[in-house]
Amino acid sequence: MADQTHVQTPRRSINWGAIGDHTVLILGSLFMLVPLIMVVLTTTVPDVDIIKYGPQLKIGDQFDDNFEKAMFEASGFSGANTGMRMLFNSFVLGIGFALGKILIAMMAAYAIVYFRLRFATLAFWVIFTTLLLPLEVRILPSYEVVQQLGMLNTYQGLIIPLIASATATFFFRQFFRSVPEELVEAARIDGAGPVKFFIDILVPLSKTMIAAMFIIMFVFGWNQYLWPTMITTEEDMYTLVRGIKQITQTLEGTNVPEFGRANLLAVIAILPPVAVVIFFQSWFVKGLTESDK
Amino acid sequence: MAQVTLNSVRKVYPNGVEAVTSSSFKIEDGEFVVLVGPSGCGKSTLLRMIAGLEDITEGTLEIGDRVVNNVDPADRDIAMVFQNYALYPHMTVRKNIAYGLKNRKTPADEIERKVAEAAKMLNLEEYLERKPSQLSGGQRQRVAMGRAIVRDPALFLFDEPLSNLDAKLRNQMRIEIKALQRRLGVTSIYVTHDQVEAMTMADRIIVLNGGRIEQIGTPSEIYHNPASVFVASFMGAPPMNLIDATITGGQVTLADGVAMGALQTSAQGAVKLGIRPEDVQLVSEGGVSINVELIEELGAHRLLHGKLGGQPFTIHVLKDIPVDPGAHQISVDPAAICLFDAASGMRL
Repeated sequence: MADQTHVQTPRRSINWGAIGDHTVLILGSLFMLVPLIMVVLTTTVPDVDIIKYGPQLKIGDQFDDNFEKAMFEASGFSGANTGMRMLFNSFVLGIGFALGKILIAMMAAYAIVYFRLRFATLAFWVIFTTLLLPLEVRILPSYEVVQQLGMLNTYQGLIIPLIASATATFFFRQFFRSVPEELVEAARIDGAGPVKFFIDILVPLSKTMIAAMFIIMFVFGWNQYLWPTMITTEEDMYTLVRGIKQITQTLEGTNVPEFGRANLLAVIAILPPVAVVIFFQSWFVKGLTESDK
Repeated sequence: MAQVTLNSVRKVYPNGVEAVTSSSFKIEDGEFVVLVGPSGCGKSTLLRMIAGLEDITEGTLEIGDRVVNNVDPADRDIAMVFQNYALYPHMTVRKNIAYGLKNRKTPADEIERKVAEAAKMLNLEEYLERKPSQLSGGQRQRVAMGRAIVRDPALFLFDEPLSNLDAKLRNQMRIEIKALQRRLGVTSIYVTHDQVEAMTMADRIIVLNGGRIEQIGTPSEIYHNPASVFVASFMGAPPMNLIDATITGGQVTLADGVAMGALQTSAQGAVKLGIRPEDVQLVSEGGVSINVELIEELGAHRLLHGKLGGQPFTIHVLKDIPVDPGAHQISVDPAAICLFDAASGMRL
């Protein structure tokens, strides 16, 4: 009996599990991607087609035209809100917002972690509970303050009221606490005062953390809609995210809405956050794998 | 260079724990002093007070002729080597070594020269542009040393600098540090829990226990004349044999009635006998009998573990003396026996 056993060459069985998994993944990614592709393609078709047949999945010849209009032609009354202007404003907001948040949060965390302050823990938790008070809750008082300070329609007015960040403070606090105590002591003996230690040691050590925060905060700032809508009334202060809406809104009525132009601006509004994520991602991974502490 | 003087220095933490009881000693200029003791004995606290990283609760600390109780660590003219090296991970070896000088506004060409000098002394020349993460443990240790020596300080402080290295490297670095200190002649205070490091490196050893100084002395004094049972058992590997005995009129009797012979002493009553394992000789007859239960082969010598008068006892014999387990006779040079008070543990 025993020597009669023969090995059957295994037939390659179909791995239904893998096929199922991939089907779900492909369907999921299509679900995410098709609208995006549609936005991109819409920038190339004539607006008339869109109004006749709805969003298109074909490549037209209007891209150059739409690009020209979107980036350089002003809409609105004053003629100040060209695509370029809005792009610039968005960058100012996104970068100012991210850098400001990182700076303030790092300094707050530094004070909480490294200085024997009375009630430091309490101070931290007070900062932390401000997470429960997002902009939407305090929008009226915030607006009032900005208005009183005469900062309406300024970059300061756009950025400063949003600059304090409990989230970033929390992350930096956790990070600073993981920096070995000996490093602080070595720096003290090496004659580095608090400011020197912060700039020479802590900031370079935190660069991966800073990169991570920058990704999150830049995208967050870039996508701000409510606050810029409140603070900026002059058209030359419009950011992309709110300007797009302006285009479709002002051109209602008998005109054909400029779908191509609006969608092109939308595409442009998507690109910088994507670029930031891609660029800083490599840093992020490097920081995670290369244990630097 | 400077001497260090502690006058009744005491450390009490805010939670009421007394980490260091009132301690006074003086470290001479150029001396290499090792603070040794088990963990939690206050040796690191003492070192950190000297460094200025911990406040001094009471007493005064002088480095050179200056009372430095309230002087910032940066201004005490000291350099410290930490247990985990505490190198700045984002800086190259060169920048790590130069950082202290840079902060003191040393001219760039002088920094350059001093770093080169230190790197040469420590064989770090080819690693100057590397980051600490690209170095081995021993090299990192050297960088930490380099950071200390470029500063040309009055006092070196070492906080268990070798405890993260493997045994072989530790022996090597021990010799290097000692040689370096000899060459530079800088007063040094070295903290360790390893009695071998203490014995081999120190000019003088300060043995600490429970925040209290047990004994201060040269390695030889500490080894041959321990001031207390604690020092006797802590210093030396294997430790000193400590056995309970009674002395009546100069006659020593072990706890279970075994007679050990006569001693020239005025002590009476219950004592502890301290006998170094190497001060015991095996004799063919006329000695005290001991039952050897276990033999540890250590190459150059052997350790015989047995019971003397019912108490654990270790004998050190050289490699060319053949020994088997079983009953043996031993004799002890009476001059080599240390007597300790049975109750207080102090030397009689």
